[in-house]
Parts: sequence; C-alpha cells; structure tokens
Amino acid sequence: MSFLRKKLDDLKRPFGKGQKWEKYAPAINAFDTFLFVPNHTTHTGAHIRDAVDLKRTMVTVIIALMPALIYGIYNTGYQHYIQTGEAFTFMNAFIHGSWKIVPMVIVSYVVGLTIEFIFAVYRGHEVNEGYLVTGLLIPMIMPVDIPLWMVAISVAFAVLIAKEAFGGTGMNILNPALTARAFAFFAYPTYMSGNKVWVSEASNIDGISGETILGTLAAGGNVNYSFFEMFQGSIPGSIAETSALFVLIGAAILIATGVGSWRIMVGSILGAALVGFLFNLWGANPLMSFSWVNHLVVGGFAFGVVFMATDPVSAAQTNKGKWVYGILVGVFCILIRVFNPAYPEGVMLAILLMNVFAPTIDHYVIQGNINKRKKRWASALKTA
Amino acid sequence: MSVGIRIQRGATIQLKGESEKILSDASPSKTFALKPDNFFGIVPRLMVKEGEKIVQGAPVFHSKKDPRILFVSPVAGTVKEVVRGAKRKILKIVVEQQEGDIISHKIPVDKSLNPESVTEILLKSGAWAFIKQRPYGITADPDSTPKAIYVSTYTSAPLDVDFQFLLKNHKDDFQKGINVLNALACSPAILSIDATFSGFFESIKGVELLRINGPHPAGNVSVQIHKHMPINMGEKVWEVRPEDVVNIGKLFTDGQYSAQRTLAVAGESVLQPQYIKTKIGALISSVTDITGFDNSLQNRFINGDVLSGKTESPDGHLDFYNNLLTIIPEGNHYRMFGWLPFMDNKIPSLSKTSLSWLFGNKGYSVDTNMNGDERAFVVTGEMEKVFPMDIYPMQLLKACMAADIEKMEALGIYEVIPEDFGLIDFANTSKIEAQEIIREGIELMIKEVG
Repeated sequence: MSFLRKKLDDLKRPFGKGQKWEKYAPAINAFDTFLFVPNHTTHTGAHIRDAVDLKRTMVTVIIALMPALIYGIYNTGYQHYIQTGEAFTFMNAFIHGSWKIVPMVIVSYVVGLTIEFIFAVYRGHEVNEGYLVTGLLIPMIMPVDIPLWMVAISVAFAVLIAKEAFGGTGMNILNPALTARAFAFFAYPTYMSGNKVWVSEASNIDGISGETILGTLAAGGNVNYSFFEMFQGSIPGSIAETSALFVLIGAAILIATGVGSWRIMVGSILGAALVGFLFNLWGANPLMSFSWVNHLVVGGFAFGVVFMATDPVSAAQTNKGKWVYGILVGVFCILIRVFNPAYPEGVMLAILLMNVFAPTIDHYVIQGNINKRKKRWASALKTA
Repeated sequence: MSVGIRIQRGATIQLKGESEKILSDASPSKTFALKPDNFFGIVPRLMVKEGEKIVQGAPVFHSKKDPRILFVSPVAGTVKEVVRGAKRKILKIVVEQQEGDIISHKIPVDKSLNPESVTEILLKSGAWAFIKQRPYGITADPDSTPKAIYVSTYTSAPLDVDFQFLLKNHKDDFQKGINVLNALACSPAILSIDATFSGFFESIKGVELLRINGPHPAGNVSVQIHKHMPINMGEKVWEVRPEDVVNIGKLFTDGQYSAQRTLAVAGESVLQPQYIKTKIGALISSVTDITGFDNSLQNRFINGDVLSGKTESPDGHLDFYNNLLTIIPEGNHYRMFGWLPFMDNKIPSLSKTSLSWLFGNKGYSVDTNMNGDERAFVVTGEMEKVFPMDIYPMQLLKACMAADIEKMEALGIYEVIPEDFGLIDFANTSKIEAQEIIREGIELMIKEVG
C-alpha cells in the first residue's frame, strides 16, 4: 500500500498548488480518491467526522442496482432466444445480454464522466460521485437495441442540460437519468416504443411478439403472462426494469443502509395501489381493469420508485414532503398509464412531473413550520 | 417546581479516554491569556499596554460598543504580550503571573440586591463576561431584561464533564450565585439537571428545575430552551455556565473577581485523563504537565469537545468558557478503499453503511480525518435525525449560505448557535461545514439586524 501511495504522490506532484497542472487537479484527485480516502483533516467545525461520505453512499446505490442489472442482462438474452426459438443455456443468455449491455454502460460512463471532468476542472471543484449512479442507471432504463450513439447523445443531454446547466450535482431539478430517457423517448420515438424494440435483435426475427405488457394493454390486447412471470421479470421491457423481484432486493439494500428513502417508496406503492384499485372498480378499458397488484409489478414502476423517485436531489427533501411526493408519484403513474395510452409507461413522466413539483411540496411543508413560529411570536407579543 | 424534557433525536458518541473522577491542581502556569475571540460579537478596545503592571481583576480590555463591559485579568502580573493577527486584530493578551494585589469590590447585603446593584457589581468586577445572551450566544447586553436565565448542568457532548463531581465542593457558592442571578433577573433561574441522577443540584433553592434526558445535543442550552420556552423574535434569554455561577457566588461573598476553572482533560491521547483545577486562561502545558499525553503521536489539542471546540496549539492557553480540554490524535493518513460500505467499521458512524455500532461498547478511537471530501448537498433527512429542534436544519443552512435574512429569521436563526450544528458537521455525508455556515449567518444577522 505504501508503495502505491508513494507512486501516486509522485504522479500527483505536477498537479499540486502552484504547479504546472494545478488546474487539472480535480481530474487526478478523482482517481486518487477512488483508491484512497484522502489524508485531509478537519480544519473548521467538528474535529471528528463520520465514516460515511458521498462516495460510500453512491457505491451503496450501485451495489443495490446489481441484482436488477444482472437479471436484466440475463433477461435480454432470454427474450432473444425465446423469440428466435433457439435452444439456450443460462450462460448463452447471459453472454448475449452482456454483449449488448456492457458497451452501453461503457459509452454512458465515458461520455458522462468526460463531461463531468471538464466541468469539474472548469468550475474548480472536485468530481462529484453522483454520476457513478446516473451513468449506470441510463443504460438500465433504455430498450436494448437502441444504437450506442443515441445513448451517448442522451447522456450528454442529461448531464449538460439536466445537471450542469442548473449548477451541477445537488442543484438539478430533474433526475438526470430519467431526463436522458425522456430525451431519447421524444427525440427517437421509433427506437423507444412499439413492439420491436424490447427484444434484442428483434429486427432480424420474423413474427416477433415482443410487445411490453402495458403496450399490449394500451393497444387493447390480452396479456398472456402469469403474475409470477411479471413479478420475476421474464417479460419484455427496458433492460433492467422488468424484474420486480430483483428491484425489491435492491430496495431492501437501500432501506437497510438508510441510503434510499423508504417514505418515498412506501408512499408511491400506496398511491399507485389506491388509484389502481379505484380504476379496477371502474373498469372502463383493459388498463383500468388490469389488476392493481399487476400494475405494481409491470413496467418500470418498481424500478422507478426504488431507484429514480428516491434520488435525494430531485425528490422532496423534508420527511413530510417525501410522503406527499411519493404518493403523488404513484397516483400519477397509474393515471398516465390509464388515461394516456400514447405513453403506456407512466412512471417516467410521473417522476419527472413530481421532480418539478418537489420544491413546491417542500415549500408548503417549510411554510407550515414558519407559520407556526410566527404564530408563536405573535402570541408572545400579545401576552407581553 | 420541575419540568421533564425528553430528547429523542440526536446521538451520544462514546469515545475512549474519559476523565477519571480525580481532582488535581494544575502545575503553576507562568502566563495567562485572555482571547477576545472567546467573546462572540465583542470588538475589543485595549486598556493596557505591553509591559504594564496590573493587579488581579484589573480590566484588560473592554467592549468597543459598550465600554461598561470589562474583561479582567485572572491574575496579577505584567502584560507580557499583545498577540495580533491579520489586520492587527487582537488575538490574545498574555499576562505573566507575579505577586500582586487583588481588586476588592464593595458588596451590598443580600437583601438589598436588585437588578441595578447586581448589574453594577458584575460590570465593575468583570464578571459580566460570564453571562451569555441568546439569540446568537453573544456577551449579554446590560441594558436588556432577560426572559429567563438558564444554567445547564446536564452535559451530553463526547467526553464532556460531570458538573456534579466538578462542583461538589462549591455547593454554597453555587447557591449564592443562583441567588444573585435570581436578583438580577427578578425571576427564578432555570437549572437543567440530569433526569436520571442529579445529586446536590436537586437541593438548590430558588430555581425552576428542568430534568433532561436524552442523547447529545440534549446538553446544549439551545435545545433545552427550545423545548422549554422557545425564543421569540425580540426576546432575550441569558445563559451562565455552572462553574461561572460559582464564580459569581464567590464574587458576592468576598468581593473579589474569581476566575476559577476546573477542567476535565480527556481524549485518547491523554495518559491520565482526570479533572484539573486551575484558572481561566492558564497555559495548556500547565495542565498537561499533570495528565501527560502521548508524545509519540501527532495530537490535536481542543479547547472544548470534539464536536464544537476550538483547536489550540500545545503551548497555547485555555479558553474562557470551556470546562473540557480534549486531546486526540491527528488523522492525516490514507485509507485504501475506505469509501467502500462496511469498511473500517471502527470509525464511529451514525450511518447504516457501517457496522460501527458493533464496536462502540468500550468507546471509539477517533482521529481528525475528514473521512472523505466536501461535496454538494445531496443526501436529505440525515441532518434532521441529529437535530432535535422543530427547525429544518438544511433549509436554515441554505438560507444562511444565500444570506437571506428574512428566511433565516423565519426558519429559526434566533434559536440556534453554531455548537448546535456540531453533530450535523459530524454526521453529514457531504462534509458540509455547518457550524461555520451558521456562525457566518449569525455574524450577518448581528451586522444587519443587530
């Protein structure tokens, strides 16, 4: 370790204060702090600090994403081989999926991190770890056959417009990963919806039946999958969103480590279940009569509320606000699914919509606290 | 009369190196120092010159804004040095101790004590500096009338002192001091005690007792005031530390300014952590001569506790108010892959991404490593977990950063002082310097609103 440390210190020397490459220090620091927690000591404020930092928090999210990602890779291969009718093993499916998905992840990280590094150097701050999560989320919510250049453009749009334009990490209004997906969805609709995009290499297959469940329902068709298939996730859909089961494992990790807000997750589920149930009673179209339990396990709902709605920066920040925000995400998700069949998956737009309203929700929560305080002041004046 | 207050949110961080209940005298301190920075909001005007001979209790400087507020020498001797910093700001006035006289003040009989006579004696003797005022935690304004005077003997910060032990030989002086404060405020002082054990404080007469129970920051007076009767705009509340109540009691007994200071010396680097009796502003080395400290380590000397104390060099002096001197190792070392969840679980952590809760039984070893770097605000909800007031800490911090005075007022700046954000400094993921932000916010409030 001390040998490596010494090498790194030598490498970092030209980036030191007053040295030639001082400006580019954030870039080298990002690599250094990836290996070592720095030797910085406290200078103001509390003299001792908690072991947790942003890197640890973000890595925890990445760990929580792993089950869904691995299953997504397998399911990509599984959907492909099922449609082609070839015989296959678990490994065949996994390898097929890896060939599709690993390049997307690499493109996402390379493009996104390059922009992040440029902004860090330009603005003179350290590289924030948030993109480690965003960069993994973006490929996970894309259709598998989307061209890599579209991934690159979506990433660039998300990082530049959704994040850096607002001032960088911590300042953005919209969730960057969802912004990337929304961008691709509206810019390249033929690659993002329909019945041919959800199965790997579908264009080479004749007589494909790779429609998502929500797409089928929106078109007035019948769903041939069992509840267990929907829950386990062996259905067509965006890469890692299909398996409620593996998303739940991720949710358990996020809740146990305190990294993800259980209030938002529970709120969303309650909101969606309630609205889904009410529509079940109404039952005017196939999406309305689709059981509320099924609504919770199909599409990107589970993935969205666990990994996207809980993004602390774009979600509501107060505990009361998180409940309201979560419930409304669930409510709007089902509303959009049912009433706007042009967008069969409602969760993306529901979360983006609530991202916009999260500051308003917080405003009213905080205003409540302020009013309470001012009322106290007024009554103190009266008695005085 | 007594009121029970139970604090739920917060955290008690058990550290190694707690002081043993042994009381020793410090070795003789050659010099003593007064540091104007210890008195938040005071701009000093010097009243002595270097080389001047002064007696014990002689004024060394006064407040520029209110010349009646004097800060007096704890010992007789010669003004050795006036240490100045950038822009000739006075950092400390060092007095070399020598034999000399003590100033005596004429004290009226108990029955004739009233707010005016008490104020006059406290101001003249220099003991006024013992009284701090909320909002802001500044030296009290002699022209204002406090809603109440709080004295908290309940402590909750890491390694903090046990006032029960520290003042056990001064019960009469404490009672006398309380009587004086009652005469000053025309109302019974509010005395906070440990709900589970309170000893002699329970028998103090003429006070309203607050029985406090709960984790840090329950010992912070801000939290106690907030739970008892929160400060409204325009109100003033005063606060006196328990040992300074004794100092005031002594002053009103024998007419002489008392600068008694008993410290707990604690922390993992201290060889014999114990209580040491000395005077305000003594040399740190006169204290560590008795307790010793681990020379093989690079240490940090902290006037106060590890969450809100001030760094001091080992050849520096004690601060005015603190009853605690903490010495812990510096942490300028690297940790490979230390950012992985569940790594280095021996570092105390309130986050569930660490198993540190398994290792806390015998107290944690800590150092001054940041355990990461400063980042933008990202994680939400973690500050509220360690902040037991009905105030939104993150929103208040952001209002301070934006210098939005109206928002700061509305969000509760009058009810907090920097030390209340000590645990937030410790616990927040983004390593935001919350105490510093609040301090700057309060300075802005004083400048703009007064």
